[in-house]
Amino acid sequence: MISHPRFYWGETGNDLTPPLFKLPIPASRALVPTGYGYVLPDQNGWSRYLHFQAAWVVVFTGLLYVIFALLSGHLRRNLLPGRSDLSWRAFSTSISSHLRFKRPSEVEAWSYNLLQRISYLFVIFVLFPLVIWTGLAMSPAFVSAFPATVNVLGGQQSARTLHFFVSLALVLFLLVHVAMIFLAGFWSRMRPMITGRAATPVERT
Amino acid sequence: MNDISRRKLITTGLAAAGGVLGLGVAARLAQEYGLIPPDHGGIYGLGETLTYASQRLLTRHSFAREFSRSQISKRPFANEIPPPSEAFKRLQAGAFADWRLSVSGMVARPSSFSLDQLKSYPSRSQITMIQCEEGWSYIAEWNGVPLSHVLDAVEAQPQARYVVYFSIYPDWWESIDMADAMHPQTFLTYGMNGDELPVAHGGPLRLRVPRQLGYKNVKYITHLTVTDSLKSFGKGLGSSAPEGGYSWYAGI
Repeated sequence: MISHPRFYWGETGNDLTPPLFKLPIPASRALVPTGYGYVLPDQNGWSRYLHFQAAWVVVFTGLLYVIFALLSGHLRRNLLPGRSDLSWRAFSTSISSHLRFKRPSEVEAWSYNLLQRISYLFVIFVLFPLVIWTGLAMSPAFVSAFPATVNVLGGQQSARTLHFFVSLALVLFLLVHVAMIFLAGFWSRMRPMITGRAATPVERT
Repeated sequence: MNDISRRKLITTGLAAAGGVLGLGVAARLAQEYGLIPPDHGGIYGLGETLTYASQRLLTRHSFAREFSRSQISKRPFANEIPPPSEAFKRLQAGAFADWRLSVSGMVARPSSFSLDQLKSYPSRSQITMIQCEEGWSYIAEWNGVPLSHVLDAVEAQPQARYVVYFSIYPDWWESIDMADAMHPQTFLTYGMNGDELPVAHGGPLRLRVPRQLGYKNVKYITHLTVTDSLKSFGKGLGSSAPEGGYSWYAGI
């Protein structure tokens, strides 16, 4: 992104072709016409190594997580909205409660609310698969084996632009997610993740 | 804390041992089938190995996309290059009549080719994309001789595993494994979009490797070495790319 803060649509794009949009940042390559009088240091080498190693971690743990979630009932019990929540009334109530900063009751707070469920499902089943797909669509080797990966998206530069926006969405989710955890109580949320045990409302009374 | 039964302890222990053994076997097989990249050391080595091994297996018989004539980019971008040396300028002044591609290493007939000799071989063309790791790309028609043809002419030996290729710029050299070197789309390119390959784009001679990113497509090729080990070249990481912090394998 920093080595080429210009985004295109379709198959190709470079410094000589008009971009869909540009990021108003200096680049780490002198030939990119950013308008800034200087060039940032090149960090692409190690970042790419890290990025692709992290991608393997995401894929392995993600796969394990989804398989576990399906087999253990975690998906059905905790992530899929309950039948009573599948209505516009439930949805608008959830939104207005959030907008009014209404605190949930102890019992309500014990399971994920509707907006949480929708967000998590969207991140797990839409954003992550999309970020992986658009990423692979930029691999000349992977695409040589499976050209549909990039053809369906409209071309290599379309894949790059989509990958950028999907990663932005993931970063936004991460920021909101971490903020929410701090608001809800950091240690009360971290402890059960690590020890596997948490005091249920029933246990505490 | 649950009580651990003897049975559970034994089965878990066996499973763990089996897992470790399995990993060892996998590593040995990977080594045997050339699935371990030369830059497999360091903290990113595992990820890099997984990437190279999986993509190598996936792309045994795959072809980079070839486009139609109408998709050729009107504005192919030529990336920054350092100023040419005196040697290059002299060759350029002589219309590259004295340009030589020397081939050495594990070959029965080490040779030196002029551009005319390379052009006398059956030429092929491909309309493929150059994708730079920086993020930009363009499509062009490339004309040249498949590297496999040259490797056959010099009789590359069967135990060879890599082809190392050198630019006239001393610090720019790369290597590819034999699967990529013998691939029909891997060209020694001397023509672009119907004309002689422009100097800005690597003329008079560039190596095209369309299933990998742009930086493997080294410009101004003067020398090839066929080898079975990359350890004795530079720092033994495979090419000047890892020495500059970039991955040796650029399929992604």
